[in-house]
Amino acid sequence: MPMREDPLPALEVRNVSLSFKGVKAISDLTFQVERQEICALIGPNGAGKSSLLNILNGVYVPDSGEIVFEGEHFRRMHPLEAARRGIGRGFQNNALFSGMSVLDNVIAGLSRHSRATLVEEAFRLPRARGEERRFRERAHEVLRLFDLERHAATLVGTLPYGVQKKVEIARAIAAEPRLLLLDEPLAGMNAAEKQEIAAVIARLNTELKLTIVLIEHDIGIVLKLAHHVVVLDYGRKLADGPPEAIRDDPDVIAAYLGSEHAEIAA
Amino acid sequence: MSEIDVRAAAEPLDSIGLKAVAGAAAAALVLAAPFLASEYWINAIIVPFLILSLAGLGLNLLTGYAGQISLGAGAFMMVGAYATFSLQLRVPDLPLPLALVVAGIVAGAVGLAFGIPSTRIKGFYLIVSTLAAQFFFEWLFLKFPWFYNGNSSATISLSRGLSFFGLDLNHPHGRYYLTLGIVTLLTLLSFNLVRSQTGRNWMAIRDMDTAAAVIGVPIVRAKLQAFAVSSFILGIAGALWAFAYLGSASVQSFGLTRSYQILFIIIIGGLGTIRGAYLGAAFVSLLPLALDWLFQYVFSGRVDAGLLQNIQKAIFGILIVWFLIKEPEGLSRLLGLRRANGGRRSLFPSSLKEN
Repeated sequence: MPMREDPLPALEVRNVSLSFKGVKAISDLTFQVERQEICALIGPNGAGKSSLLNILNGVYVPDSGEIVFEGEHFRRMHPLEAARRGIGRGFQNNALFSGMSVLDNVIAGLSRHSRATLVEEAFRLPRARGEERRFRERAHEVLRLFDLERHAATLVGTLPYGVQKKVEIARAIAAEPRLLLLDEPLAGMNAAEKQEIAAVIARLNTELKLTIVLIEHDIGIVLKLAHHVVVLDYGRKLADGPPEAIRDDPDVIAAYLGSEHAEIAA
Repeated sequence: MSEIDVRAAAEPLDSIGLKAVAGAAAAALVLAAPFLASEYWINAIIVPFLILSLAGLGLNLLTGYAGQISLGAGAFMMVGAYATFSLQLRVPDLPLPLALVVAGIVAGAVGLAFGIPSTRIKGFYLIVSTLAAQFFFEWLFLKFPWFYNGNSSATISLSRGLSFFGLDLNHPHGRYYLTLGIVTLLTLLSFNLVRSQTGRNWMAIRDMDTAAAVIGVPIVRAKLQAFAVSSFILGIAGALWAFAYLGSASVQSFGLTRSYQILFIIIIGGLGTIRGAYLGAAFVSLLPLALDWLFQYVFSGRVDAGLLQNIQKAIFGILIVWFLIKEPEGLSRLLGLRRANGGRRSLFPSSLKEN
């Protein structure tokens, strides 16, 4: 990752629209994410937040608009292309490989760095062995970062939800992404777990200089964690700015914070 | 980490010595088997059991590991058998082991071609596509006499029999060691493969394909690799079935029934395990014997043979249904050979539940 101040933003979303069978999910959305910032997407359910993440790593194809990632323009992303360019992703309802151990899940996340051929793997030739050893080391390193070492050999489907969420972020981090997309990383966690994951996210941002776009409903944590907040409502951008500005924005309070989260806004 | 490592890590160190002794004893027993068992057992039970295990292993890589359901196992075995026949007939200088490898590659290429639809469709629709392979090759190998060298009975057999670089293998022991050697080698290679990144890619696709794509698993390549490797192994198994077990074969030897049999082997044995293929093959090889024995002693031969065969099929069918409902992980799990709290394998894993 370049250490110098790069004038280019890490990610730009330009006039992106998406609809499902005629129902608009995202309408003409434009915003940008600076390098090394944590950008939070907030908004009520159905506001198009997850759909936007799915566009960013190629699961959905937008109807119009474009994505600019590190200066390159994309009409659409392809999932493999997104992964190769370093866009990592955590899903809303854990999308782990339930029949595999925690360690194997994390190593699977390293696929884009794999160079050994099938024949080399079948005969355990030097390149395959070396790659396997490096992948294991890297995976253990990441598991340590998330305090998951003791679960390395455990089948991931048998772990509690909160631990699975951590495994999922670990899997995304293993491949050393340049941009990390997290869909409700704190959902379904208790207060202590939320603090822990929030601290890990903050560390990934400061220590690994990782640009992070996350969706989160816990406004208290969002306002503390994020450098930049984008508020969506019915697929449109309602507000865009630093957390302090968002907190005081009358439109946001009316549309989003006002009803359900009045106590936080007040 | 593979299940083997998991189990090894959980075990006390002193049991490893015991394991080595047990392994050595098992290996000695396997090597000495021809001298311990009767010719009938070797020819009619042990050799076909080994070949069915190999075929099960091949299909398990595709269906159990990569999650792609196939009813074309018989077709890919057929391609391997007919390719071996053609090579032995038309390229007489090519030694049998190399002919088997080339035949495996031919079957692998055919498998890859029939795997292409898997990059766009899955589940039931993919079954139809693999079923097409089954019917296509049954037709192809009957339609053109070139494939069976114009033989009046439309069967294939090796005129020079089996040999291994000059060593004559045309006796029960020879067939046994040839089969054992090939099965052992391919099992080891498969074992390496499923523990490597390719194996992890396959399992990732099986467990959740959208997530696999998003984290950078090359879905299309990995699926096609699974089809190719699976068909390579099935092709060699088919050649062994034709020439080391049957002696002479026809398209009927690899009909749809064979495809079902191989699929049942891995369902019964355990999807997504190497040993599952062996357990399932042992089960389908021994069940008819056990039923024969049972009916002979219980009804002292008063049930006629035709009825007996139908009863066998019915019992087999009931067992399949029972396995699908009660124990999707098969014998492997029942015998406690799988980790206790394993994730459930299912033929139709749920797709990504993410909006």
